[in-house]
Amino acid sequence: MNCRKAINEISNYLDGDLDAELRETIQVHLDKCHHCHAVFDTTRKTIELYCDGKLFELPTDVRLRLHEALRRKLCSTPR
Amino acid sequence: MSESPEATLPKDESVLVAEAKAGNYAAFDELVNRYEKKIYRLGLHITGNQEDAEDVLQEAFLKAFQHLPDFREDSRFYTWIVRIAVNEGLMKLRKRRSSKEVALDDPEDDEGEVMPREFADWNPNPEQQLARAELESILMKAVAGLPPTFRTVFYLRDVEGLSTEETAEMLNLSVGAVKARLFRARLRLREDLSRIFKRG
Ligand SMILES: [Zn+2]
Repeated sequence: MNCRKAINEISNYLDGDLDAELRETIQVHLDKCHHCHAVFDTTRKTIELYCDGKLFELPTDVRLRLHEALRRKLCSTPR
Repeated sequence: MSESPEATLPKDESVLVAEAKAGNYAAFDELVNRYEKKIYRLGLHITGNQEDAEDVLQEAFLKAFQHLPDFREDSRFYTWIVRIAVNEGLMKLRKRRSSKEVALDDPEDDEGEVMPREFADWNPNPEQQLARAELESILMKAVAGLPPTFRTVFYLRDVEGLSTEETAEMLNLSVGAVKARLFRARLRLREDLSRIFKRG
């Protein structure tokens, strides 16, 4: 296992989408290679940042305009 | 608790959908309340800007209401509205790019190896060291630098938590294509964010 191969599998490794043998080989590499370990770690951190539920709130004015637009359109649509 | 269960328990999604289908606006409004935040966030990640995200939000729910009679109740309403919103988002990008006739995937992005350049650890908890608006702006800028299907795959898989198969089905891509795009999207976002968050 070299760094290039480890990096190429890093995404599948994160997803647990590897057979046991390859998973083990990468684990061994990550334990001794600081570079790849940092890539793995910061990739996971990247995903965590985007998943932070406190970010990207729906602004109140955007929400009000949505409901206003829906009410206008929907209440005038015969069904 | 003294209130009746009807007053406290949120209604089942399928009940709301059935009522909305029958023309009950309040039921539809309840569905909108449940998912508006997520759909706005989806719009932001696919289009990369607030104005388009607002359009995606409005158009997705308007379309959902118009097409409710076609909704098959053996599927989840949420998955259905996500699919509509993804299409609206990608359509926005196509319109924006139509003058240039650019495909949604830039071919050069599918080729070549993605090797990281930044190998540094990050400062711990960058999210606690920046104002929220600043962090949001950094994250959005990185996403906007990705080709549209990369952004969409990243959002659906990593933020929305869809499976590889669901994402492939929704975007008409093969499972292998989803995995390849997700890999590239993750590494490119990581690379961009590393320049800002690296310890140093
Ligand atoms: Zn390595």
